[in-house]
Amino acid sequence: MSSSSAFNEEKGGSSSVGEPEYGHDPASGGIFSSDYKRHDDLKEMLDSNKDSLKLEAMKRIVAMIARGKNASDLFPAVVKNVACKNIEVKKLVYVYLVRYAEEQQDLALLSISTFQRGLKDPNQLIRASALRVLSSIRVTIIVPIMMLAIKEAASDMSPYVRKTAAHAIPKLYSLDPEQKDQLIEVIEKLLADKTTLVAGSVVMAFEEVCPERIDLIHKNYRKLCNLLIDVEEWGQVVIINMLTRYARTQFLNPNINESLLEEGGGGEKTFYGSDEDEDEDEEEKEKKAEAAAMAKRKPYVMDPDHRLLLRNTKPLLQSRNAAVVMAVAQLYFHLAPKAEVGVIAKALVRLLRSHSEVQYVVLQNVATMTIKRRGMFEPYLKSFYIRSTDPTQIKILKLEVLTNLANETNISTILREFQTYIKSMDKDFVAATIQAIGRCATNIGEVRDTCLNGLVQLLSNRDELVVAESVVVIKKLLQMQPEKHSDIIKHMAKLTDNIQVPMARASILWLIGEYCEHVPKIAPDVLRKMAKSFTNEEDIVKLQILNLAAKLYLTNSKQTKLLTQYVLNLAKYDQNYDIRDRARFIRQLIVPTEKSGALSKYAKKLFLALKPAPVLESPFKDRDHFQLGSLSHLLNAKAGGYQELPDWPESAPDPSVRNVEVPEWTKCSSREKRKEKKVEKPFYSDSEGESGPTESADSESDSASGSESGSGSEGSGSASESEESGEVSVSEEEEGEEEEKKTKKRELKKAVQESESEQSSEEEDRKHERKMKQRKSDSESESDEEEESESESSQSESDDSESEAEVRKKKKAAESKPPSKPVKKETKKEKKEMSLLDLDDFEPAPSPQVTPVNNLLSNSLVTDLEGLSLSEAVLSPATIAPSSALKSYELLHRITGEGLSVEYCFSRQPFSPDANMVAVQMQFTNSSTSDTKNLHMEDVKLQSGMRVKDFPEIESLPAGETATAVMGIDFCDSTQAANFQLCTHTRKFFVSIQPPVGELMRPVFLTENEFKKEQGQLMGMNEITEKLTLDAKCRNEHTIVQRVTTAANLSRVPCGSDRECSLSNVPVKCSLNVSLLVTSRVTIYRSTRSSGLGLAIQVLERVILRSLGTAGQKCTITKGKKPD
Amino acid sequence: MLVSLLMLCWSVDFFSSSKPTTVLITVPAEMINSLFLISHSGDIFLEKHWKSVISRSVCDYFLEAKEKAGDPENVAPVLQTPHHYLISIYRGKLFFLSVTQTEVPPLFVIEFLHRVADTFQDYFGDCSEVLIKENTVTVYELLEEMLDNGFPLATESNVLKEMIRPPTILRSVVNTLTGGSNVGGTLPTGQLSNVPWRRAGVKYTNNEAYFDVIEEIDAILDKSGTTVFAEIQGVIEACVKLTGMPDLTLSFMNPRLLDDVSFHPCVRFKRWESEHVLSFIPPDGNFRLMSYHVSSQNLVAIPVYVKQNISFLETGSCGRLDITIGPKQTMGKTVESLMVTIPMPKSVLSVNLTATQGTYTFDLTTKVVLWDVGKLNPQKLPNLRGSISIQTGAPKPEENPSINIDMKLQQLAISGLKVSRLDMYGEKYKPFKGVKYVTKAGKFQVRT
Repeated sequence: MSSSSAFNEEKGGSSSVGEPEYGHDPASGGIFSSDYKRHDDLKEMLDSNKDSLKLEAMKRIVAMIARGKNASDLFPAVVKNVACKNIEVKKLVYVYLVRYAEEQQDLALLSISTFQRGLKDPNQLIRASALRVLSSIRVTIIVPIMMLAIKEAASDMSPYVRKTAAHAIPKLYSLDPEQKDQLIEVIEKLLADKTTLVAGSVVMAFEEVCPERIDLIHKNYRKLCNLLIDVEEWGQVVIINMLTRYARTQFLNPNINESLLEEGGGGEKTFYGSDEDEDEDEEEKEKKAEAAAMAKRKPYVMDPDHRLLLRNTKPLLQSRNAAVVMAVAQLYFHLAPKAEVGVIAKALVRLLRSHSEVQYVVLQNVATMTIKRRGMFEPYLKSFYIRSTDPTQIKILKLEVLTNLANETNISTILREFQTYIKSMDKDFVAATIQAIGRCATNIGEVRDTCLNGLVQLLSNRDELVVAESVVVIKKLLQMQPEKHSDIIKHMAKLTDNIQVPMARASILWLIGEYCEHVPKIAPDVLRKMAKSFTNEEDIVKLQILNLAAKLYLTNSKQTKLLTQYVLNLAKYDQNYDIRDRARFIRQLIVPTEKSGALSKYAKKLFLALKPAPVLESPFKDRDHFQLGSLSHLLNAKAGGYQELPDWPESAPDPSVRNVEVPEWTKCSSREKRKEKKVEKPFYSDSEGESGPTESADSESDSASGSESGSGSEGSGSASESEESGEVSVSEEEEGEEEEKKTKKRELKKAVQESESEQSSEEEDRKHERKMKQRKSDSESESDEEEESESESSQSESDDSESEAEVRKKKKAAESKPPSKPVKKETKKEKKEMSLLDLDDFEPAPSPQVTPVNNLLSNSLVTDLEGLSLSEAVLSPATIAPSSALKSYELLHRITGEGLSVEYCFSRQPFSPDANMVAVQMQFTNSSTSDTKNLHMEDVKLQSGMRVKDFPEIESLPAGETATAVMGIDFCDSTQAANFQLCTHTRKFFVSIQPPVGELMRPVFLTENEFKKEQGQLMGMNEITEKLTLDAKCRNEHTIVQRVTTAANLSRVPCGSDRECSLSNVPVKCSLNVSLLVTSRVTIYRSTRSSGLGLAIQVLERVILRSLGTAGQKCTITKGKKPD
Repeated sequence: MLVSLLMLCWSVDFFSSSKPTTVLITVPAEMINSLFLISHSGDIFLEKHWKSVISRSVCDYFLEAKEKAGDPENVAPVLQTPHHYLISIYRGKLFFLSVTQTEVPPLFVIEFLHRVADTFQDYFGDCSEVLIKENTVTVYELLEEMLDNGFPLATESNVLKEMIRPPTILRSVVNTLTGGSNVGGTLPTGQLSNVPWRRAGVKYTNNEAYFDVIEEIDAILDKSGTTVFAEIQGVIEACVKLTGMPDLTLSFMNPRLLDDVSFHPCVRFKRWESEHVLSFIPPDGNFRLMSYHVSSQNLVAIPVYVKQNISFLETGSCGRLDITIGPKQTMGKTVESLMVTIPMPKSVLSVNLTATQGTYTFDLTTKVVLWDVGKLNPQKLPNLRGSISIQTGAPKPEENPSINIDMKLQQLAISGLKVSRLDMYGEKYKPFKGVKYVTKAGKFQVRT
């Protein structure tokens, strides 16, 4: 019989401390045994020779501890057994010891020698366990012993013992903070440890002992990043959180340029402006002036170490551990460039299916994120829909998120959803829903009336709480535009007869008082009724009655003089002193007497002053200055021990601090040196040309990467590779590096890519020839070439009249990764393009060739038109020189593709087999040494509705050759990527194509009149006007049209006015007309009839506006206003 | 010597006073200081401290919040008291309440507490007050191993089981007779290996590996039966009993169905990224291999439709209820274990219904109608109809209750996911392999 039975019986009465425990032991003296005696009995058992008796006694003692009973008087008896041979007895003795050693310090010292012996044991597990218990005994006198033990264990052979040493560090620190310096030495030593077992624990110790010593991390940073995936999950959380802070001190803000350039870019942005932005506001002026120059001079280059961190944490989003996922999410939120933050949304939404406590925390964080990065969660809107079975606190948080996500496009769906929530049985939730409706109404002007009407309907709800909450919200809404809604005020005045909830009554009275001019007839009557019931009202209602009386007296003293006097008299004798005071105050102020104060003539001003409308904003606003995922963020208050997330540094600290001595495996040290000179490279080789974020994860991961020590044995693949195969792989590595360099540039200056890619194809050819002869020099010369080309292009830029604006634009485009437009590099090409546009301008209206009825260019028509060279030029000016005007994207890199590289561009030509498809032109280059055969695609994976027309199989692509093919994709108006496999006769590659929004469009040709007509139907909601101040260079029609058309596949409507130009296009289900007034305004008309493209259109609007917006200048959104 | 003795005396006094304020000053950061297990009724029946003892009176704040919230689900998981932070979870009618004094990622603690609860479930078959009380010593030993100084140490069930054997009836009998123990005689080596989730030296006579693909449909249907929101969540639960160190590869016919995945740490992420296969050295015994989400863009097949009419009459205190359930897209499988739950408005007094199939119950305190239908027969659709009576004088309820549905479809993964093959490397023998598919209703709700 074990002690377990005792608990069952014990459950009932707790006063008879553990009495039944002895029921089975006749020797214990039965029911008469006293506390003292009983412990005597246990002592006896502990003193016996039998392990079973000892065990039984220990079990009972531990059970007592578990229930919080005091067992401290047994200490001497228990401590004797610390050297017991029986392992379970021993463990239970340890449990006891750790619990009571603090209270019985001198006796606890008896046990120390046992542990000291254990520290020398040949078995690592015994060593570790001895250290663990020794360090857990909180006895100050043994601090030196502990210190010694920790130091010794830190250089133990066994990683497990070293891990235990790391665990012991914070214990010792908490016991004696004086030891800090010595402990830091140990931490420094352990941080250099290369095993995953130790990493998590030592970082934990670091965080608790010396989180401010960020310098200790430098040398270990890269190692930690690379080990991260193999560290146990709890360690991962600690490391990620620490690295977030580290990165904030060491790297530059990846969004810096954007926040500079976009400052005040939109009303919304400033409204939700973050702390950072505000800080920048102070220095805004000087910065802005410098912004353009700075952006040009110092383009933001992401530190490769920063990139390393982002890349190595990303797979952890797939962890089963919610804490790890959250840690990665906050890391991305705080550190990643805006365009990349999106990846965390899916993982966070996944956590919403976990336990309700996890949901609670995740939703709090999502709520904060939605305020700053709304777009991120918009696709997951429905995941936040509320079920009646959710706990109330979850419901309210989901509601918060839904409210934050609401915008013009989705508000109707959200309001419909809210409508069902109002019928919920959970009244707290209903009240919160009404509040949410109020917030949507204030934030989104378009639906204010709808919301107001809905709320007014709720006033007739049977549930009083609902009505009351509605009244309060309506009050706030009306305050924004009272003149329009006197009927609602009247309606509410009638409610005073029925509503009993004091807050609601008070709100109504305030409203009537405030807007008594709008309801001149009703107001005095309401006051009459209120005067009647005054004595029975709640205090807040009484105060509002006084308010109402005062206001009426001031505006309509003839009718209400007596009533007011009456009310004031009642209030004079009220029990509540607030009310008495208020009454006295009001009387003095409004009722003119001989000795009335000087203030009475200002009474009207005092009472009827214009009150600012209340701002309904999210309680999660501004919470993001706390590190997300932290306790402080959750409580919105700084918790003890919280480490502030530092601001980004102004300029990057020296990155070389993270360099580690040249690793042994590098054979050729001279090359290594050269490398370091060129660019600060991490020592691990990274053959993977990190592809841009537009590419899907599939194609990224496909490439054989050595840097990520993903699955143990595979380990640092490229390292061993380079050892084995000498020269060849080394040069490959070089190429990889080259590639990475390129990648970096691509990310920063997307625009440069075009010229680069063009050049790289030439390069590819040349290189191929040389490859046979001399590999090493090849890569060198290649880089030279690249530099040359760059300088060339920069020269041409400076020649170009628009160069400056161009560059700034590039920065901007690169930052937020909109579907970027091709940028003309060489003046020659620029001219060519210009002439094309000229042609476009002078072209007579092509209306006869268009089917104006449905605004869609019929398929056959296009094919017909293709014969006419002139009209072809009109149709798609880009087709003539697609390579120069169109931006090409990388589909498959030559390293990944084992010699096969593929690039694609959106040719903007109609895809003849299917008009709904977008034509994608692909260019295959075989730079390997053997032929590639049977190039075709397979296993197309698409989102529903999307379709793909395969390109015809390329039977053979000889080495060094290039081939092109065209495929068609119907993206179904979404920007979802099309994933498929590219197959050769030997291999398959996962690739994906993601369209920039601008490419989903198809231009349609309209005459001016047609355009005007179409435009006339799309007023109001469908109209977005932005006022832009364009800089001088940009102020001609050409430039504007050119910029817009490069950003999106639009075509120009010929029109007479030279001040205005219009562009039109029709994607499949939606029409978008852009009209541009050359000097100052851009208006985009869109049809919101299709919901699918709503988001895309919004993005497009941004793209177009951004293509026109220039650096350092403000764009103000004036939505809903028609152009003059 | 005298000095040190004095010091000792002082510190004894100092610590035994154990005021939270003093503790706050002397104790710097730690993850979890103490754990309290609190029963549904508010009885604190177990406490464990990993550092200085924190008085159980700290739980009063929690009990107060619990009282206020009413429903245990509505107790905020994180509470702030003057000197401590209380982070709690609610599992199996128990509160696991952890106390911490400093900044800690809340999810870290919550996730850990759930892991503790999972471990109890794993060891004792369930995570209930009775079982935990019965096994206090084992619980204590487990907690001791799982946390060191408030920081998680060993949370893998395979490692724990090596150190502390789960109790079985036979063993407890043997232990009482021989004085044997639950603590493993060997020291745990699992923590030392680079596959910490698998214990060493596993031996079976029958080598078998079974995988259950379990999919749940989360859906919200509106009044008219149209889908407001639907998605499929899936998990693959594995039961692997294989000798030695097998290296398994599980591949799917259509892995691209999976939109979002999360894995047991044993799965090699790189292989999944590049080839979309699951490659792993499995833990021994039962574990969740992966959970996934099927892209919500794909249309979700809804296996049943619900025709319902619940109305409350304007006059007189009564209402009517009429529910019929029929098969919709069942992919040729039978809908089993069909269960309908309807939480009625609070003003409902009683119901008088007749079910053509199965039985129904009405809980007077929670006002929940529970209709256990069983198998769905497409020829004879189950129907529940009758009248609802409302408290006299109470107004007609404004709201309509929503209907929650539970069901099961055997031999079917509703998303169409199929395992194509399981390969084993690293060991010579031939294991038994099996895959089972089940589809269930997750949070399946019909609005009325």
